[in-house]
Amino acid sequence: MRRILLGALVALAPLSAATIVIQNGTIMTVSKGTVKGSVVVKDGKIAEVGEKVMMPQGATVIDAAGQYVIPGIIDCHSHIAADGGINEGSVSVSSMVDIRDVLNPEDIAIYRALAGGVTTANILHGSANAIGGCTLPIKMRWGKDAQGLIFEGATPGIKFALGENPKRAGNPQGRGINGQVQVARYPATRMGIDDTIREAFNEAKAYKAEWDEYQAKTARGEHPIPPRKDLKLEALKEVLEGKRYVHAHCYRADEILMLLRVADDYGFKIRTFQHVLEGYKVAKEIAAHGAGGSTFSDWWSYKVEAFDAIPYNAAIMQKYGVVVSLNSDDAELMRHLNSEAGKVMKYGGLSETEALAMVTLNPAKQLGIDNRVGSIEPGKDADLVIYDKFPLSDYAKVQKVLIDGTVYFDRDKEVSGRAAKQAEKQKLIDKEKQNQQRQQPTRRPGQ
Amino acid sequence: MRLLAVMMGCAMAAGAASSDTVLIRDVDVYPVSGAAMKGVSVLIQDGKIADIAARIVAPKGARVVEAKGLRVYPGMIDSGTELGLSEISAVRESVDTGELGEFMPQLRALVAVNPESEHFPVVRVNGITSVMTFPASGGRGGGRFGGGEQQFISGQAALIHTDGWTWEEMEINRSAAMHLIFPSRGGRGGRGGGAPPDAVPEIIPGAAGAAGGANAQRTYLDQIAKISAFFDDARKYQKARTANAPGFHRDLKFEAMIPVLEGKMPVGVSASRASAIHDAIAFAEKQNIKIVILQPREIGKAGAELKAKNIPVILGRVLALPESEDDAYDQSFTLPREAYQAGVKFAFGTFNNEFVRNLPYQAATAVAFGLPYDEALRAVTLSPAEIWGVSDRLGSVEKGKVADLLVTDGDPLEIQTQVKHLYIKGKEIALTNKQTRLYEKYMNR
Repeated sequence: MRRILLGALVALAPLSAATIVIQNGTIMTVSKGTVKGSVVVKDGKIAEVGEKVMMPQGATVIDAAGQYVIPGIIDCHSHIAADGGINEGSVSVSSMVDIRDVLNPEDIAIYRALAGGVTTANILHGSANAIGGCTLPIKMRWGKDAQGLIFEGATPGIKFALGENPKRAGNPQGRGINGQVQVARYPATRMGIDDTIREAFNEAKAYKAEWDEYQAKTARGEHPIPPRKDLKLEALKEVLEGKRYVHAHCYRADEILMLLRVADDYGFKIRTFQHVLEGYKVAKEIAAHGAGGSTFSDWWSYKVEAFDAIPYNAAIMQKYGVVVSLNSDDAELMRHLNSEAGKVMKYGGLSETEALAMVTLNPAKQLGIDNRVGSIEPGKDADLVIYDKFPLSDYAKVQKVLIDGTVYFDRDKEVSGRAAKQAEKQKLIDKEKQNQQRQQPTRRPGQ
Repeated sequence: MRLLAVMMGCAMAAGAASSDTVLIRDVDVYPVSGAAMKGVSVLIQDGKIADIAARIVAPKGARVVEAKGLRVYPGMIDSGTELGLSEISAVRESVDTGELGEFMPQLRALVAVNPESEHFPVVRVNGITSVMTFPASGGRGGGRFGGGEQQFISGQAALIHTDGWTWEEMEINRSAAMHLIFPSRGGRGGRGGGAPPDAVPEIIPGAAGAAGGANAQRTYLDQIAKISAFFDDARKYQKARTANAPGFHRDLKFEAMIPVLEGKMPVGVSASRASAIHDAIAFAEKQNIKIVILQPREIGKAGAELKAKNIPVILGRVLALPESEDDAYDQSFTLPREAYQAGVKFAFGTFNNEFVRNLPYQAATAVAFGLPYDEALRAVTLSPAEIWGVSDRLGSVEKGKVADLLVTDGDPLEIQTQVKHLYIKGKEIALTNKQTRLYEKYMNR
């Protein structure tokens, strides 16, 4: 029995090879055009890309004849791999909580995303409050523990939320959670959201000033009493210091402009506007601030603030100079961001490379990880996806996915391994049934 | 460049008056009903396809569309939507899908269709020229804003064009199907798709699981008995009506059931699991009614039965998550292939207004996972026309059929393909909508 289990474990472990050559493929590098040729992967990094490459000794060869190779897809907005709720909605400012603490490496959505070509995702807190929890990017290293998922060295983020969602708790309807009476929580309007964020940064600036003063004194050789650490304000202090990115959920143009002006007034930057469905209306202002826009390709009409959403949003924002990505916010949509990118070619006439960049290099830039991922270039992480057909289409399906040079998804193996997995599952079910029968307690009268 | 072409296309279409006679010249016709015809002409007259031939002399007053290099396809049909009934899904005031009441066969979706809905222009520019619009398509009976109680019959679905001044003008068939939400063992409506797999009750350890399973089974059987009782009552009414017995009173509910009992109106049965499909088929046999299965999440064992009894299915969203954790990641992608291989007749539905415009791309995903291309295209054109009993008028490019046509620059299932011209009932439709208007406005801010 033990031997069988061990065998199963070995089979589950992803195929890791120090040196891999993917050859004869159409390589869409995103940053350096498209070439027919090979990618050499060494020690988890891309070593060489080109029509002709030096074949390293002992390399594992993956033949990609007739296939396409793209950089691993990056989803700038996801809520997978988080254990349980993602909304600490009891307060309007929940910057003290962190998604890092609730990562669940066993969420099947990770594997499904992987099978859809996603290698990195920004895991966000929900949108229940104006200032939400802390966030971070992860890699889809299925099989690793929570720590192993974390994108090492990436700048962490924080979720802000504007509009309908954060004001909902100000006007509670229906039953509360666990039968609790729902009490209205400030704010209930977009005005109140503006104020909530201002109040928080008003506090955070004072807090930062205390710490700055303390550090200045310490630097001068004095021995002052340190200020009390405030975990809520600590994250906002990091925002003011540019050490934590603001990812702001938003829909309407007015609220986008509002947050830009709050940020200007308090001296911090908005890294990305998320959803930003009316971003096209204030694209100039977003570009002037230097914020990115991470949007849906064509979602609309599911609520009032999504009624002016247009599938041309990404193209218009890009025209005005905004770095634009397409995100999923959804475990299902996440599985076909490649064809979502195809939609910006249809709606707005972007080129193949521009479209593909919206799910690879652009989100990497938005997350500040473009030195590591987002394009196929020597020195970058070997996060690669092989498709059987032109990838910006629903006709394409993922064949293989590599992360850090390790094959984490292989469709052929996935399909051929199904019978064995089903048999293993059946065995476990049978065993469980037997156990139950054995443990069935004898009923005593009166029980 | 592509952009410019789109905008010019829009301007041209917008400028064109609704002309009765249009000659599309030098175009490749993909009729679906037969082999492609390259470089032919298509004549549209009086709302119909008047002729398809190598050469057609333009009748007097005909508008000629030079379409070299372009293709003609039949307009696409989405077999499951709430179009016209729901505008903004989160706003109750704009949603008319979920009525109260357990058995509501007298309700007609058609009369609540808002022709001015912003959804119609949005979906039709992608080539969707007609749709089935269902009462309570999105959830169990009562809908999201209804009473929230179990509903069994939610009313009559209508087959409509995606263009028209009034719902009467949009109508193809006001009573295309009766919508029955078949119970599921999970105690939830079949539509929600949230029922646990059939295997779960047996593997949940302990007595609680077994008792839960037994309770669910009892509820399930009770609900089926309730539906049977309603059908039996309807049949008694039918007899009394025929006999014109003294004291006979007209009952609108039972009156609405008569076409169903006579086998003239199919019943669209929402059933997710193979076991529910099996039970729905058994029910249909007993009641001697015609059914169409809606949104199955499993074909499996039900496949042979569906084929043997010639029962069609409307497959829901292909781009959907697997039902449960252990299911294959591509379960929903391969379901159309499975239906095809089982020899089941099928068409596609998106069952959510927001995704109707992506109907062709859902079909393309099915192709990526093994469905033959021709079958995918058929499943959004001729197959739904056959299933809903209108293949004499819709679903293919053939002489004499209604001129619901798209002129494209490529394969309509491919995302990047642009629709260049669109005709519904022979009328050229402007390729504009709320979204193109906002695009032009803000592109030039």
